[in-house]
Amino acid sequence: MTDFPTLTALIALPALGALAILFVPRGRPEIARALGYAASVATLGMTGYLLHDFDTHIAAPQLGETHVWMESLGVSWTTGIDGISLFMVVLTALLIPIGMLASADIDNATSFTMWLLVLESALIGVFVSLDLVMFFVFFEVVLVPMYFLIAGWGHDNRRYAATKFFLFTMAGSAFLFVGILTLGYLYERANGTLTFDAETLTNWAELDGSLSSNTARLLFIAFAIAFAVKIPLVPLHTWLPDAHTDAPTAGSVVLAGVLLKMGAYGFLRFAIPMFPDAAVDLAPVFLVLAIIGITYGAIVAAMQPNLKRIVAYSSVAHLGFVVLGTFALTIEGLQGGVFTMVSHGLTTGALFLLVGMLYERRHTYEISAYRGVWKVMPIFGGLFVAAAFASIGLPGFSGFVGEFLALIGTFISSRWYAVAATTGVILAAVYLLWAVQRTMTGEPDEENQAMREINLRELCTVVPLLGLSLFLGFYPKPVLDRVEPSVEAVLLRTCVADDPATPDDDEAVVVQIRDECPEDAPIPVAAEEPES
Amino acid sequence: MMLGLIAQLDPIESPSIDWFAIAPPLALFTAALFIVLVRSIYRHNPLIRPLALLMAITGVICAGAFTFVQWLLIDADGPFSSTGPYEAIEGMVAVDGFSVFVMTVVLIATLLAILLASGYLGRERLEAPEYYALMLCSATGMMIMASANDLIIVFLALEILSIALYVLAAFDRRRATSQEAGLKYFLLGSFSSAVFLYGVALVYGATGSTNLTKISQYLATTTILDSGVLVLGIMLLLVGLGFKVGAAPFHMWTPDVYQGAPTPVVAFMAGATKAAAFGAILRVFFGAFDLYRTDWRPAVWALAVLSLLVGSIAALVQTDVKRMLAYSSISHAGFILIGVQAANDAGASAALFYLFVYALMVFGSFAVVAIVARGGDENHTLADFRGLSVRQPMLAGLMTLFLLAQAGVPLTGGFVAKLSVFDAALDAGQYPLALLGMLTAAIAAFVYLRIILAMFAPEDGADIVRGKTRVDFGTGVALTLAAVGVLFLGLLPGRVLDFAQEATCRSDEIVAGVVAPDDNDCGVGEPGSGGPAPEASPDPG
Repeated sequence: MTDFPTLTALIALPALGALAILFVPRGRPEIARALGYAASVATLGMTGYLLHDFDTHIAAPQLGETHVWMESLGVSWTTGIDGISLFMVVLTALLIPIGMLASADIDNATSFTMWLLVLESALIGVFVSLDLVMFFVFFEVVLVPMYFLIAGWGHDNRRYAATKFFLFTMAGSAFLFVGILTLGYLYERANGTLTFDAETLTNWAELDGSLSSNTARLLFIAFAIAFAVKIPLVPLHTWLPDAHTDAPTAGSVVLAGVLLKMGAYGFLRFAIPMFPDAAVDLAPVFLVLAIIGITYGAIVAAMQPNLKRIVAYSSVAHLGFVVLGTFALTIEGLQGGVFTMVSHGLTTGALFLLVGMLYERRHTYEISAYRGVWKVMPIFGGLFVAAAFASIGLPGFSGFVGEFLALIGTFISSRWYAVAATTGVILAAVYLLWAVQRTMTGEPDEENQAMREINLRELCTVVPLLGLSLFLGFYPKPVLDRVEPSVEAVLLRTCVADDPATPDDDEAVVVQIRDECPEDAPIPVAAEEPES
Repeated sequence: MMLGLIAQLDPIESPSIDWFAIAPPLALFTAALFIVLVRSIYRHNPLIRPLALLMAITGVICAGAFTFVQWLLIDADGPFSSTGPYEAIEGMVAVDGFSVFVMTVVLIATLLAILLASGYLGRERLEAPEYYALMLCSATGMMIMASANDLIIVFLALEILSIALYVLAAFDRRRATSQEAGLKYFLLGSFSSAVFLYGVALVYGATGSTNLTKISQYLATTTILDSGVLVLGIMLLLVGLGFKVGAAPFHMWTPDVYQGAPTPVVAFMAGATKAAAFGAILRVFFGAFDLYRTDWRPAVWALAVLSLLVGSIAALVQTDVKRMLAYSSISHAGFILIGVQAANDAGASAALFYLFVYALMVFGSFAVVAIVARGGDENHTLADFRGLSVRQPMLAGLMTLFLLAQAGVPLTGGFVAKLSVFDAALDAGQYPLALLGMLTAAIAAFVYLRIILAMFAPEDGADIVRGKTRVDFGTGVALTLAAVGVLFLGLLPGRVLDFAQEATCRSDEIVAGVVAPDDNDCGVGEPGSGGPAPEASPDPG
């Protein structure tokens, strides 16, 4: 059992499905669709097996394997999964079949299904890679299927949106790429072997004296630019509303649900553990950007006349909470960040699906076109309101747990940031409830009267997401338990790195406030000698 | 009395000729001669076309076999008792890793171009077997260039390859653009040859030799007090070769020639000429002038930066796909120059690997352009690519693959190529250059995306009728080989990377041996370089 390369199989399965679809004869989209469901549902099943195999109490990456890939360039095929990446993989595997189900009426279903499977493969690859170059490979490959999904099946302005998305991310990745290679070479210069293995590099980079604080800071910034574009943090967010608005429904669901998390995940997995000093030093910058994102996203969302753009800007706000929790650098904050990543995937996914259903019926996203939808489609209306509440973060839904934890965590380490961020919670209620009021209530006019009620297939896409959100809202323990050891490991790195290296007053205060950093914090990794 | 004097002089001793050392180019040249011969005897026999094609392919395969045997001979781990890299014919020619690797690239490019040309010539009614003869002649020049160990031989090779290419560029003589391309290439090319020759003269004046090994020995043992002449000579050599690789600011000819010349010729010369010229650059600069690297590195650095910027930014405003690809070839030259300017072994093998990948992906892109251009070879605007994904989805898919590879998207060879040159650059501490390279790669990606978007856009109305274009068998095979190669090099590049690394190692002993020992990654017992790479056989078909 233990020898089966589950994670590699998780990458390979959708890829093989996509390969098989290439050979489907033209004009037989139903075969492609069947293959798509088969591959993605099998992947989902395998993640169930993964959840079962996952050992809750281990902080370090598990269930992984290592193979030689490009030896002379020091690149290996290293996989592994921990509490942070586990739920991202599960979320990916969940959202892809739902996206397929939601796109049952799409044109040219053969290639659409193929691109979705390629996307799934690449996304899983991102979250299980523990080799920096391998991570970068998947990080970049994700762009290609997403680009084609937006450009091929999007709405009016799709080509502009797709190109903007591709170029923004690629320009950001330029910094990441140079950062990764530089780190690898600095390691080689110090230790004589070239490797991009994340664990080796992390253990080495966080040691005192490996990198000068200036170098570490520059490298952190290089990593951060790429991840900030993906998240997106505020000055770099402009691609997101365009991409979301013009993407097909399935594309939006995956884009919001998983793609945006790649940036936050990159911070948690690579940037912060590798350069903890720099992360602590620069945390205020990211906290401020996160708060700007939360409030700006909410205010701009409230002003949008386009329903899908509201949801898009709400993503900017929600991801602001993720960044806030992450850079609070406390257990609660980190847990809250990761939990919000999961929860946002569920709730925003559901919202995008529901908005997509409206579009299928009326072919417009304009709020002004909808009135009294609830009266015409009672079930749909109920679900829409539920999804809006889930997204707002009403207690009982998962959004509440995540945001609450993130805010608590921030309150512990940086009180006033938390106060400022709380306004975002109120603003979220403003824009979503206002949108609900304008579209769902009132007297439906003639065009709205003609809309048909939600059907069973559509129900099957939304209900699981909302159900999971509700479940995690009441019982978040399964997720939090698995996340905790891993984020604790991340946090310990920042504590350990702090103590000897920073005589600075500011940081001393931060360390002091942080209860989670015991004086005698065990040093789980720094004691290990880097190999050879 | 004159005669008596002459009789008293020692006869000029002609060097003993090691035929095996020059067997690969000779095989190509023989094939070319046979084609011309058969053509002149059987003027109107319809069988002449397939026969010429067959002879051309045979020539390439023979040359490939000779190259493979040469590799086995110089490779220490090979089955024969190794000779190691060696010089032949009075040091004029070197048989070493560089030569074998570059020859391999040239042969692959030639084989693919021959396959592509067979269908194209039929379509354009240019049924002249001389086309193959010229192409083989040009390839001969490139092969000689790859192994040239003397500046005179480099110059000869440069002329052999260029003159055949001038004619090829103007081959479609009914099309004014083709003639214009040929003439432009000829004028600028001969100008750059003159510059190169002037550089050779200056270097000879400064060092007393044109032989690269002797130059490097001379420079190692003698301190030249006033090195102005030598440095000027080196710079002129760089200009001459920079012209051939199409590096900015010596790129002016590239867009016009690429646009006008018959597309299969472009597919051939973009990959193969770059490989040969970069092979010469590596050998001349890493070998002969290694000690003067502080003088030439800034110049190469400037060429790299300019090429990256010009290639990516100027491509943005083009609407002609061939011109776009021409500018992108300039930016690729910039990437390879990043490897060169690193001036270490990693840089040399990265440049070699890049050339390998580049030959495949640029061939693939231009081959698709040649097909889409249809009869007359004049439809290369973006508009002509509209709706290709509907008309010919396979073709659009392949083009997408080649363009994404050129953009450096992972899982294609283009990514590994960029990875390896940046590796080398960072190894040499060139962080800003690597960052600039990546950012210009993002700009260049926009250009490739425009082409991809055009292909996946719907047809625009009925005013232009664009039919399907038939893809003949040879072209299909060539495209498939190129696509498989690009993917293979992206997924499992290990063998070819090792080959490039080994090739660099097997050259160090010849090229001066002055490479500082600390950047020499070629420990004999190194675990990474287990065995010779079988990819040395360049002819899968």
